Parts: sequence; structure tokens; C-alpha cells
Amino acid sequence: MSTTVTQLDKVKTGRWNGGRSPFNVEYGKIMMWFFLTSDAFTFSAFLIYYGTQRFAHLTWPDPDKVFQSIPFIADHGYPLVFVGIMTFILIMSSVTMVLAVEAGHRNAKKEVVGWMIATIIGGLMFIGCQALEWTHLHHAGFWWGSIPGQEGVSPEVSLAPFFSKEISEVSAQQFANLFFTITGFHGFHVSIGILLNIIVLGMVLANTFERRGSYLMVEKVGLYWHFVDLVWVFVFTFFYLV
Amino acid sequence: MASQHHDQLVGHEEGHHEGMTKGRIWRVFFYLLAITALEFFIALVLVHGGVISKGLGVNIVYILLTLLKAYYIVAYFMHLKFETFGFIMSVVVVFLFIIYFIALMLTEGTYLKGHFNPFPFWPNT
Repeated sequence: MSTTVTQLDKVKTGRWNGGRSPFNVEYGKIMMWFFLTSDAFTFSAFLIYYGTQRFAHLTWPDPDKVFQSIPFIADHGYPLVFVGIMTFILIMSSVTMVLAVEAGHRNAKKEVVGWMIATIIGGLMFIGCQALEWTHLHHAGFWWGSIPGQEGVSPEVSLAPFFSKEISEVSAQQFANLFFTITGFHGFHVSIGILLNIIVLGMVLANTFERRGSYLMVEKVGLYWHFVDLVWVFVFTFFYLV
Repeated sequence: MASQHHDQLVGHEEGHHEGMTKGRIWRVFFYLLAITALEFFIALVLVHGGVISKGLGVNIVYILLTLLKAYYIVAYFMHLKFETFGFIMSVVVVFLFIIYFIALMLTEGTYLKGHFNPFPFWPNT
């Protein structure tokens, strides 16, 4: 009798052969990833619609002319500067978040607390900047369903400061609606992120994760926070640069 | 049993996380900062200075830089690069639909563009 084990009888030890977790990721984290994937689809739909509209119109408001103020410093003449500051704030808060996650892996509670507070402050600063940006555009006359213009003034005059090529009321209105909807939806996500960060910070301070033995929850809220930063990268390109 | 399983997972993950040290985090941050600075350089110096004009070419450059930034955020900050291959695929593959969606909407946009064309800009209510 042969003592060799046939190929069929061998115990398989591959990742997908059972007895182990093939993804090796905790359930809540997988669900956070799948939620973010679906959320990415929502934002993609918004941005692709914006792209389509912009592509379909022969003229479109020039972002360099619409966004050229720095609140409290200059009313016009500085395109991209303020949004640059906002982008920097968000990237910075993303870094502090990933540092909080890294500190969590070392179970260093004090560092986690410090970096999370920094992240929350960054988020609040970003939301504040967003509010200033909205206020500025609202004062200029842009809002959902309204564009700059007064009774008796031709749109050619009131819209002239915002266009480089020909003027179109339809384009201006599409731009205003989509700007407030998309940045509003993103700002809503940032606000939720700040709230989640505050809740998790409270749990860190209450030693919840110390007792649980892992700071996995910081990682999950971190994933959400990075996603918000990721979306802003795209919003920044399609609204401000292109 | 459940908690034991959980601990095992966390323990396993610790091995993965060795990929993301403080030094590496700051390096990725400087990559992101450098890409953003490059975008500003293109927008403020090259386009505003009149070296290149706005249009398809520079937009493709912006989009490529954006995708590069997205890669760094997802791969390193969101840690996806260090997950298992199966998990990466389960998250990433669906985005093929987004590419298809972009193709569809560009077709739609071309159609609309052709049909907006004959109408005057003003008055165009």
C-alpha cells in the first residue's frame, strides 16, 4: 500500500478554502468601505452630471472670475487662493486623522486624543471657509434658482463679470444650482464627519477602546474622513481648476 | 468565542499596519502637497500667464493629477494598498461602471451640444 496522500485528500490551506477570514478585515470596516463605495457613486453621479452640462453648453461661467475673493482681505483679483487654503486645510486634517489611526495601533491614547482634536479643528475650519465662500456667492446673487441681476438691468450687464466668453443665463443658472448642490452635499458630509469624530473622541476619552483593546473605531471614522477629503479633491478639480 | 475571533483579526491586522509608519504618512502628505502645488502652478502661472490656454489638453493634465492624488489618498491614507487582493477588488472593480457612465454622459452631452447650438445666447429663456 502506498502511503502518499493523493492530491484530493490533501488539506487545502488557501485563503478561500475555509477556516479563516479571507478578507482579514473586521465586519464594521468592510461595511464602512462598502458604504463609501456607494457614496462615491452618488458623488460621481453629481460630478458627471456637472461635466455633461458644462460640456453641452457653448459658454459657461469662468471659475477664475466667479471665485476670486479672499474673505476679509480682498474682494476680487485673487482666483484660486482661498480655495487653495481650503484644500490645504482638508489635506492637513486628513494627515492628522491618519496620525490618530497610527497612534491607535500603538494604543497611545493621549496621542489619539491630540490628533483627533486637531482633525476636528481642521474640519470646523474647512466648514467655516465653506460658509464664507457660500456667503460671498450669495451676496453676488448666486443661489439655487437665482443668478445675479436686478429689475431693469440687462443680464448681459449683470452677468458680464462672471463670463469670459458669451453670456448665457441658462449656463449661469445651471452653474449656480450645481455648485450649491454639490458643495452643499460635500459640506454635509464634512459636518457628519465632524460629528462622528466628536463622538469617537468622546469614546476615546471615556476609555471605551482602551477596555476593548483596539482602536478600530478610530480607523473606521478615519476611512470616512479620508473619503470626504477624496471627494474634495475631485470637487476642487472640476469646479475650480477645469 | 466571538471576542477571541475579533482579537485574532486585530492581531492579524497589526501585521498589515507596519506598512504605514509616521515617516511614510508625512511622505505621502508631501506628495499630495506637491501635486496640489503643481496644479496651482499650472493654473496660476502657466494658464494665467498665457503660456498655455485653457482647453482639453490642460484639463487632461488636471484630471490625471487628480487621479494621482486620489490614488495616494485611497492607497495609503485609507490603507487599501495593504488589504488583501480580494478585498481591493471587491471595492475597486465596481468603478468600471463609472467609466461607462462617463462615456454615456459624454455621448448625451454631445447630443445636447448639437441641439443647443442653433439657439441664440440671449434671449435664451
